[in-house]
Amino acid sequence: MAKGVKPRVKVPKTASAGDIITIKTLISHKMESGQRKNKDGNKIPRSIINRFTCSFNGQNVIDVALEPAISTNPYFQFDAVVPETGEFKFIWHDDDGSVYEKVKSVSVA
Amino acid sequence: MSLTRRKLMVAGSSLLALSAISGTPLFASIVDDHINAFTGGADLASGSIMLDTPEIAENGNTVPIEVSAPGATSIMLLAAGNPVPAVATFNFGPLSGARSGSTRIRLAKSQDVIAIAKMNDGSYEMASAMVKVTIGGCGG
Amino acid sequence: MYLKKILSASVLIISANFVFAGEDDNLLIDGEAILVRAAVQAHTPELDILRSGWTFRKDSTQEIQMDDFDNPAFVFVDQGIDFYNAVDGTAGKSCASCHSDVEKFAGLRASMPRVQNGNITTMEDLVNGCRTERMGADAWKWSSSKMTAVTALIGLQSRGMPISVKMDGSAAAHWSKGKELYYTRVGQLDMSCANCHEENYGNMIRADHLSQGQINGFPTYRLKNSKLNSIHARFKGCMKNIRATPYKEGSEEFKALELYLASRANGLSVETPSVRN
Repeated sequence: MAKGVKPRVKVPKTASAGDIITIKTLISHKMESGQRKNKDGNKIPRSIINRFTCSFNGQNVIDVALEPAISTNPYFQFDAVVPETGEFKFIWHDDDGSVYEKVKSVSVA
Repeated sequence: MSLTRRKLMVAGSSLLALSAISGTPLFASIVDDHINAFTGGADLASGSIMLDTPEIAENGNTVPIEVSAPGATSIMLLAAGNPVPAVATFNFGPLSGARSGSTRIRLAKSQDVIAIAKMNDGSYEMASAMVKVTIGGCGG
Repeated sequence: MYLKKILSASVLIISANFVFAGEDDNLLIDGEAILVRAAVQAHTPELDILRSGWTFRKDSTQEIQMDDFDNPAFVFVDQGIDFYNAVDGTAGKSCASCHSDVEKFAGLRASMPRVQNGNITTMEDLVNGCRTERMGADAWKWSSSKMTAVTALIGLQSRGMPISVKMDGSAAAHWSKGKELYYTRVGQLDMSCANCHEENYGNMIRADHLSQGQINGFPTYRLKNSKLNSIHARFKGCMKNIRATPYKEGSEEFKALELYLASRANGLSVETPSVRN
């Protein structure tokens, strides 16, 4: 597990059925690109979040493949349809095998 | 706010589009490879994909961009002048609310940022925008 | 508010990107107005107006600070909340054990640094004072991620409040020393803070748009290193850029300079945690 990795998501708490909502996500992660060199002149190996997914009640909203050109503390903003009350699940996959998760509920009146 | 953004859509066939990509010859072929792998060599249309980038990046380390292509199933982003041109690929699922995404990327130098969308009718769209990345004066 | 989406086909749209387009903008964070311009005070006669660093940045950078989610500093503020609540040290206490709600710190950042018992005391001094003297914990390094997370959290509680740093009485001698440092040329490039930040703010230094060097938004999230930066870390960077040997973080020189600089922003709002280039 990489150190100090903390996800953050912004999702409205309520919506009407069929609404399109905007979701924002951020995760604190260094995103070591593999291009930087250390003091001895050797390349620091790549270590990034390589995949981000968002699903709602099990159905996929977005699935992003990340490369080293995504900035430190990867940020994504995207839209989702909310058909009913349920749970958004956000998952980030790290090169080192770690998986970070965040869950947010939305209730539909 | 719209005055300070430059939205650029490149019109033309895939050949013209590919030749408009800037970057060293070495990088250009890697960019071609990425595009061909994504499109299978299909023609690239334009007009249905929008790529929004700053004209001049305040800092190449964190450049906010947005891409949008209504009717797309996925969008691939490339940075033609980066040592590794691949940036990200957005794949939209059944509950996607809009075929768009915003993120922040690293640009090593002034270069073209390229977006290729795979549309749900099997066609492909492309947009490209030049982003200037300056070396700061005195950044501390 | 980020972007307007234009879905017209085959139209070449080019808008000019005026480099100084951000100059007249007003800062609204989640709807709340933060003062980024203020009248000069008696002790800053060379300036026409006080301007926050926010007004010197490009639109895309300004926008990142206008939303507490878009602002990446807040993921570190969240970590600051965790640190605030975490028990640390031999006394078995957390910050919260004594201070309960962090919201009670409203107003503190606006008057920092201050002089206590004859010495300049910065936010970092207060945190480490508690840690070493009351928590039985190790001091945090001045610009460490833990320290900046907590100083950002505490500073946030004063966001929007006017900076009001004491310059007289017990602070007078320290303030004068800070002022002298501000105007003294140093380094191979033989430059003082004033050469850039007072005489040339608004001009370009190569590709950077020079600000007034105000510190009302610190610790600040810099796009350049994608993390929170402390005041003294920034001073160090500036000194290195003019090829001077920097003073140490936490040194009397940097504290005096911090006191003087903070007073130059008297009247501007606390903006912590800000976003800069």
